[in-house]
Parts: sequence; C-alpha cells; structure tokens
Amino acid sequence: MSRIAAFIFRRKGRNGWHWTDIVTWIWLVGGLLIMFGPAVWLVGSSFKSPAALAEFPPTILPYVTQKATVEGYDKPLDLYDATLPDGSKAVLAEVRRIGVISQMVDPEKPGEIIKVNISQRTPVRTMAFATTNYTEPFTQFDFVRYLWNSVFVTVTATLITLVVNSMAAFALSKYEFRGRTFAMLLILATLMVPLSVIMVPLYSIVSALGLFNNLWGVILPTVATPTGVFILRQYMLTIPDELIDAARMDKASEWQIYWRIVLPLTAPALAVLAIFSVVWRWNDFLWPLIVLSRKELYTLQVGLSIYSGELNVQWHFILAMTVVTMIPVVLVFIFLQRFITTGIAGTGLK
Amino acid sequence: MKAETPRPAGSGFGEAIMVPVRLAMGLVDAPLRWVQRRLGIGGMAAFFLLPNMLIFGIFVLLPFFINFAYSMTGGTALFLDDRTFVGTDQYARLFDCSNYIDPNSCTEDTFWTAVGNTAWFVVLQVTLMILFSLITALILNRELMARSFWRAVFFFPVLLSPVVVGLIWKWILQRQGLLNFALYGFGFEPYTWLNDRNWAFAAAVGVSIWAHMGFYTLILLAGLQAIPKDLYEAAEMDGTRPARAFWRITLPLLMPNLLVVIVLVLIRAVQIFDEVYVLTGGGPGTSTLYLTQYIYETGFATQLRNPGLAAAASILMGMVLVVLTLIQLGLGRSSEKKGSRK
Amino acid sequence: MGHIKLTNVIKSFGAIDVLHGINLEINDGEFVVFVGPSGCGKSTLLRTIAGLEKPTGGDLAIDGKVVNDVAAADRGLAMVFQSYALYPHMSVRQNLAFGLENTRMPQAEIAERIAEAARMLEIEPYLDRRPGQLSGGQRQRVAIGRAIVRRPVAFLLDEPLSNLDAELRGSTRAELAALHARLSATMIYVTHDQVEAMTLADRIVVLRAGRIEQIGTPLELYNRPANRFVAGFIGSPHMNFLEGAVEAVHPQKAVATLVGGHRLEFPVAGATIETGSRITLGVRPQHISLGSGENSIPAKIRLVEALGSETVLHADVAGQKILVVAPGQHDLSPGLDISLSLSTAPIHLFNEKGLRL
Ligand SMILES: Nc1ncnc2c1ncn2[C@@H]1O[C@H](COP(=O)(O)OP(=O)(O)OP(=O)(O)O)[C@@H](O)[C@H]1O
Ligand SMILES: [Mg+2]
Repeated sequence: MSRIAAFIFRRKGRNGWHWTDIVTWIWLVGGLLIMFGPAVWLVGSSFKSPAALAEFPPTILPYVTQKATVEGYDKPLDLYDATLPDGSKAVLAEVRRIGVISQMVDPEKPGEIIKVNISQRTPVRTMAFATTNYTEPFTQFDFVRYLWNSVFVTVTATLITLVVNSMAAFALSKYEFRGRTFAMLLILATLMVPLSVIMVPLYSIVSALGLFNNLWGVILPTVATPTGVFILRQYMLTIPDELIDAARMDKASEWQIYWRIVLPLTAPALAVLAIFSVVWRWNDFLWPLIVLSRKELYTLQVGLSIYSGELNVQWHFILAMTVVTMIPVVLVFIFLQRFITTGIAGTGLK
Repeated sequence: MKAETPRPAGSGFGEAIMVPVRLAMGLVDAPLRWVQRRLGIGGMAAFFLLPNMLIFGIFVLLPFFINFAYSMTGGTALFLDDRTFVGTDQYARLFDCSNYIDPNSCTEDTFWTAVGNTAWFVVLQVTLMILFSLITALILNRELMARSFWRAVFFFPVLLSPVVVGLIWKWILQRQGLLNFALYGFGFEPYTWLNDRNWAFAAAVGVSIWAHMGFYTLILLAGLQAIPKDLYEAAEMDGTRPARAFWRITLPLLMPNLLVVIVLVLIRAVQIFDEVYVLTGGGPGTSTLYLTQYIYETGFATQLRNPGLAAAASILMGMVLVVLTLIQLGLGRSSEKKGSRK
Repeated sequence: MGHIKLTNVIKSFGAIDVLHGINLEINDGEFVVFVGPSGCGKSTLLRTIAGLEKPTGGDLAIDGKVVNDVAAADRGLAMVFQSYALYPHMSVRQNLAFGLENTRMPQAEIAERIAEAARMLEIEPYLDRRPGQLSGGQRQRVAIGRAIVRRPVAFLLDEPLSNLDAELRGSTRAELAALHARLSATMIYVTHDQVEAMTLADRIVVLRAGRIEQIGTPLELYNRPANRFVAGFIGSPHMNFLEGAVEAVHPQKAVATLVGGHRLEFPVAGATIETGSRITLGVRPQHISLGSGENSIPAKIRLVEALGSETVLHADVAGQKILVVAPGQHDLSPGLDISLSLSTAPIHLFNEKGLRL
C-alpha cells in the first residue's frame, strides 16, 4: 500500500511535503467527490423504491423492507426483527400500527397478535434494485417517444450541421471571391445573437414556416453554427491548395473535390464537430421547450423537466430517466473525452 | 492539427456506411456538374456557401432584425402583421418607475427584479468561477500523477445537460437529500434549502459553477501549459520565491487567456437560464428569476404573454451581450497577435 | 496533338501584374523549359496554360483552338506539382485512378493503364500504399505516373525535382529525358536549376519579371545570350561582366578601356560599335586562362576555392569582381597578384541597355 501511495504522491524533483502539495491533494480529492459524487448519488438513488427514497436519513445503497404473505391477510406484510416483551427475538410481520404500539403476527402462527413497542423493532431489509424505475417509464409513459425524438433531433441536426458547415467552410477556405470577408464577418456576427436574444421573433418565424410543434423546428435553427464553420475552415486552410488544383486537372468537379478530397482530409475536425454537435443537440433545452408543446414531440430534456415540474413529482421515475438521459453524454465522456478536451484547448469553442 | 496525417484504414463498419453515402454523393454529382458549367468555378463558391447563409439568414439575421419591429408593437398576436404599432411604449413601460432605486415601484417590477438578480448572479458567479477555475488550472498544471484523469474529473459536468444538472442538484438539495444527510451526521436538522430565498440563490450560483467550471479550467490550463517552462527555471535560478513567480510570470503571461475567459463567463452568466430554471423554477418567489427566464415567460409562458415587451427586454440584454462579445473578439484578436509574434 | 500557342497573354492578380504579354509557340512533342529567378511568373505562366488561372488578357490556343474559356479539366493537359499534391487519403493506385474514373473510363482500361504506368515508373510494389508511406523519390514517381495515365496532349511540370536530394535529382532527370523520348509528348517544365534546363530542354524560355527575355535552344542561349540578364542567368558559375568604354574600333576588332584603366582588345564580329560608347564585356569564367601575354589584365586574388578537378578564383580587376575557373590544381593564395589572359576567350558584347551587340 505505502509503495502505491508513494508512487501516486510522488512529486518530481522535490522531497518532503510542501503546504502546496497538501492543498493540491485536498483540492483534487474534494473535486473528485464534488464532481462525481452527485452523479453517483443520482445513479444510486435511481435504483431505490419510492419508499426508500422517502426515507431519512437515506441509505447509500438501495434497500427494501422484506415482505411476507401471511395467511388471513390480503396484502403482503412488512417483516421486522422484533424484541419481544420477554426479551427473546423473533421475525414478525406487522399488521397495523397504533401510536407507538405495533400489532404483529408470527408468519408461522398467524392467529395470534403480538404487541410490540415500535422502538423494539427494526425492519428486515435486503438490498434490491428497483429496476421498475427504468422499465415503467418506457412502458407506461411516453419515454420511448421522447428518447426517439431526442435521438432523431441529435442525429439529424448533427448530420446537417456537418454537411452545411463543411460546405461553407470549404467555400470560405478554398475560393477567392468577392464578399468572402463579408460572409466571414456575417458568420462571426451571429456569435453575438444568442437564442435568448432572438427567441421571440425566431418563434414567429418558425411558426410562420409551419415548424411549430415539429421536430424540424428544433433542428433547423441550430444547424448553422459559426463555431462549426470556424473550426472546419481553420482545418481546411491547412490542406494545400495544390491538392485542389491537382484534382481540377484530374477532371474532378468542384463537388467531387469537396467530398472526395476535402471532406476525407478534414475528418479529424469533422469528428470534433460531430462530437460537439451531438452533445449540444442532445442537451438543448430552452428552444425545444419553446417549439414543442405537444407531449408526443417532447425531447428527453423537455419531457424530464416537465415531469419534474409537476406538483406530485415521481422522483423514482425522474431519477431513472435522468440517468438514461445522461448515458449518451457519459459514453461520449468516457470514450471521446480526449478529443473534446484537446478540441477545446485548441479552439476555445464552447 | 495537420491535414497530412493518413487516416487509419477504413474499418468494415465505416466502409459499410460509406456505400450509400458514396452513391448519394455520386448521384448529386451529375446535376452539380451542370450547375458548375453554368456558374463557373467561382460561382460554385456561392453554391457551397448558400445553405449555410440561407439558414443563418432565416434563423439568425431575420429574427435579429424583426426583433426591433416586435419591440415596437403591442398585443398578444404572434405574427407581426397582426400586431399594433406602439412606438417606444414597450421600452417606456420597462423604464416606468416612480422610484428608480426600488424595483417594486416599477410597472414591470419583475423585469427589474430579474435585472437585479442577474446582476448579482453575474458578479458572484463570475468572481467565483474565475477563482475556482484558476485554482484548479494551477493545480492541474503542477507535476501530477495522472493529470489527464484529474482534468477529466473536473471536466465531467461540462457535458451534462442543464436539465440533468438541475435535477441532480434538486435531488441533492431537497429535504431527504444528500446534503441534509451529510449535515445530519454533524447534528444539523434537515432543511429545505431551495425554499429559502438566499440559499436558493446560492444554489443557483454554485450549481452553475459546478456545471461549467471544467470548461474554463481547460482553457486556462492550455494557457498555463503554453508558458515556457524555462521561464520558471530561470526564475528559480534567480532565487525567486514561488509566490512572486506567480505574480510576476504566471499571471502576466496568462492574462490574455484569463481576459478571454472572464468575458466568456460574463457572456454566459448574463444569459443564465436552463439549469436554474430546472433547479428552482425561478423561485422561491422571484428570488432566482433571471433575465432569460423573464423574457421566456413574458414572451411565451404566461397567460398574459406580451411578445413586444419580451422583445424589448431581449434587445436590452442583446446590447449588453454585443458589447461583451466585441470585447471578447478584440481580446482574442490581440492575444492571437501576441501568440504569432513569439 | 500538343501544339500550344500563347498570344500576348497577360495575367494580373488584382493590382499586381504578373505576366506582361507573353508570346510563345510550343510545338508538338517539344520539351520546353521555363527558367527565371524566383517570383518571375514561371508558375503563373504554367498554371495559366493549365487553366488553373484565367488569363487577364490575350489568347491561349491548344492545337489551334482558343481555350481561354475551357476549364482546366477539359484541356487535356496533365500537371506534376512541386509538392506532388498526391491525395494523402488515397492509395497510390487510387491516386492514379482518380482522374481516369472522373472521365468514366471502364475499370478494365483503368487497371491496364495503371499497370502500364506502374511498370514504366517501377512503382508496382507501392501501389497499395498511401503517399505518406513513400519516400520523396517514390512520391515523385507517383506524381509523374498520375500524369502519364491520363495520356495528356501535354505534360506541365512545376519544379518536379526540387524536393529531391542532389543524387536522386540527377538520376530522375535522366529518367525524365528517357520518358520524354519514349512518350514523345509535349512537355513544359519549370525549374530554377539550370543544369536541368540545359540537359532536358529542346528549347529554353528565360523569363524575368513577367516578360520573356529569350527563347532558344540551350546552346543558343549559352553561346548567344540576347542580353546581359540571360548571359548572367545561363551558365555556372555565372558570366563575368567587365564595364568599360570603347576607345577605338577597327575592322575586325575593337579596343576598350575598362573601369580602372586597363585596355582590352576584343573581336567585333559584325557588331556595330561606336567609339566612345559605354560597353559591357561578358566573359565566361571557364574561358579565362591564367597567364600573361597578349590581351591580359592584372588582377588580385581574393579567394581560392580548390575543388580538385578545377580551381575557382575570385579576383579583383581594378575594383571589378571577376571569377575564373581554371582546370586542375594551382598553388595560389589570396592577396597574390596575377595576370589573366582573355586572348582565346569568346567575348560577349552588351550595350548600355544590356542588349547584345
Ligand atoms: N494568387 C496570387 N495572388 C497574388 N499574387 C500572386 C498570386 N500567385 C502568384 N502571385 C505573385 O505573382 C508573382 C509570380 O509568382 P509565381 O509563383 O508565378 O513565381 P515563380 O516564378 O513560380 O517563382 P518560384 O520560382 O519561386 O516558384 C509573384 O510575385 C507572386 O507573389
Ligand atoms: Mg513557382
């Protein structure tokens, strides 16, 4: 153990602990708890039954109270470890509770009621994962629809984003034409017009186009991202112009040059943009909330927020669905984190 | 990023996907060759630019301009044609206060509450965000084991959706939540944090920092790693103490990045909405009602919606954002120049 | 099938005029080399012929047809780029096939042409590699192969050997010459390197600042440069120029006083020379010999470069620099006064404007 610790805490070039080393490790370990803790807690909670969720203090792992069907009683009864008045211990089922007195029966001998003070009994609990939290929203609610809507929006918007932005980036990086600077400035200027500033008129335009309550109304306004054009253009500028001349001499049409020469060579930048686009579109909230008012069109994010805003929140479902909503992004995080972090560090894109 | 690195040979799956794509692209080629003959090579540039420009035009520029028209009209009708022209009435309404120090004396008191809340939020959130992300970046820039792991730790929440972030924390901060559980261990009574005006505000600030800190940490870390190590070695040779090295080397050299990050954080803090909306819904009361939510609710959500008023408010917010963005672009430009001079 | 004619071709990029009225006729099967200092417009001229740049003025005709408005792809030309411009994401085979596929050629014929070109250029072993996995020389062959498979009416080559090391450049040069003989196609070749120009060209076009200075066979340019610029540009080391004034003109020869006062006799060979006019005498370093005697001038040695087979002397003739290449090895050292003999040297005469007399 101490060898491992020595290895982990090894610091280059210096011996002994400086106060900054202590601060560093407190910060890092604290960060680990604060950054991952909530998500882990969410996942843990999502497997708890409604009864376990209502408990305070909560348990770390999901437990349920064991039940037993006892002859003469319709419903299954909760089992308790009870200390009997004579001091002996037994596993009893609770029939009802009156004040501090619990009326219990021995499952083996259902005829006889035993009265136990509630401080003398503790529930018999076993660990159990309430997977119905996950299955029920899909079977009883519209979550399959929401999931499908989210996937559709994310995939379609990402594909269109890639095509439209790479075409624009190609035009802006490999052609000389009048108005090129103007087009660049125009695209740059749109950085200054976030959704929160134009949502009212944008809503009217989308409605006028008949895209209100339509997934395309969610998709189209998002696909021309200035950031996308800029990363792709930056990358395409590194492709030598001679390559394009060579293709022209090879009788390639401009369209062929675009998709057979430039696109394949831009693959790394396209991948970065694709990852970002997936995360952005999957996470979009305000705009879908505005455009989609029919339940069957909700994306996961909208559905979740609407359900969680209801008066009688069914937390066990909400938590499970939150986990489902998190999954794609967590997968991206696990497998493509490196791509993203270098992408951000390199381009400062949001 | 270099263009010349050969890609790994296409996998079977990739090849399979490429077949229909290739077919489609090939089919498009013949008509496009015709277009190219008509337009010439230069004209093809316009063709490639067209889809993007169309989408920008329809969904960004057009709304941007008609926003001004909206802000000059009244009523609840959706389309401009059906709306009545009211001149600057909406702006007058926003600014109609009997006592300019007290938001409650204004006709649109919620607007001013939202402005006040947003201002406080921006001040607190930006300060703390910069502080935390700078400290984290400095720590990640030390000689660490598994640096990329730790970097990933702080980056993780950045990818989560605002709704997920809001729900996670709503769950933690509720009465039977993790926070009360943790405090219970120290003998505190459970408390409904989000029903308390001040704690709800603090939660909004804290949660938004939690969610976005990793992003700025990453940019600052990139800036720190760009500072040549030999500068520190030289300083050490000169007997400079670490604190002094920080103030005299790290901070000045990081300044361009830091400024860009500050403005970025500002721009996003002004627009704060999603995660707080899910977390608190703007409550309790109006204690976490921010500008974007005000615009959203005025424009869409309430029964007595008033798109004109929402547009006027959004234009005021837009002006702040334009100024901030211009500052950011200016900073980006100057730091780029510095970078290229090296 | 490869006759190219340029009439008064002008090219400008915005306000920058790069080509000022180029007139040039290239015959079928000819190997023409464009030389000139960097930035003189060689590449621009080549790219204009290729159709990658549109001329601002003038006409360009291929096989008698004006092709000003014909796209690069439809001119039937092939180009080899300085950077090779191989498609990095395609295998060598795909690189060669790309242009043919674009003409909708049947697969069987494509395969046949690739096989033939690969055999000719000995690149068969690498057909399935990507350009990134090839050496510079191999890439260069692929670039030429890509042009060959197209069976173009003319090949345009922009400094194709400049990225190779000296030895490889030499051998590839010989192969190119053989290739030209074999394909007997028109080739237009741009280079900085005058050895390439001299050895490969049927005719050389010397360009300066967007204008043609002279067109001629390598030996014409060497023996009868039309002006001081061409004289200085062709030949290595470059020609010596001695400034002076004409003192006297006789039927067969004339006498000049060089700057610094030395007198030098030179043959006039039909040129009209006026007494008293300023004149430049051009002498190639190889044609000057060491030794006194008739028609010799004194010089001071500044630097001695012993190359073994020959010795290059940098010397000073009354303030004018002069270069001498003397065969063999000589025991000379800087600071020594020597005498240079020009009695057997062909002397080129240029007037004040630099034109050949
Ligand atoms: N696209 C362009 N826009 C503006 N000026 C250009 C462009 N292309 C070339 N030029 C200019 O035209 C002139 C000739 O360029 P060109 O490339 O033809 O020279 P070159 O003779 O090939 O030189 P080198 O031997 O260095 O390759 C140069 O001054 C160059 O700056
Ligand atoms: Mg050139």
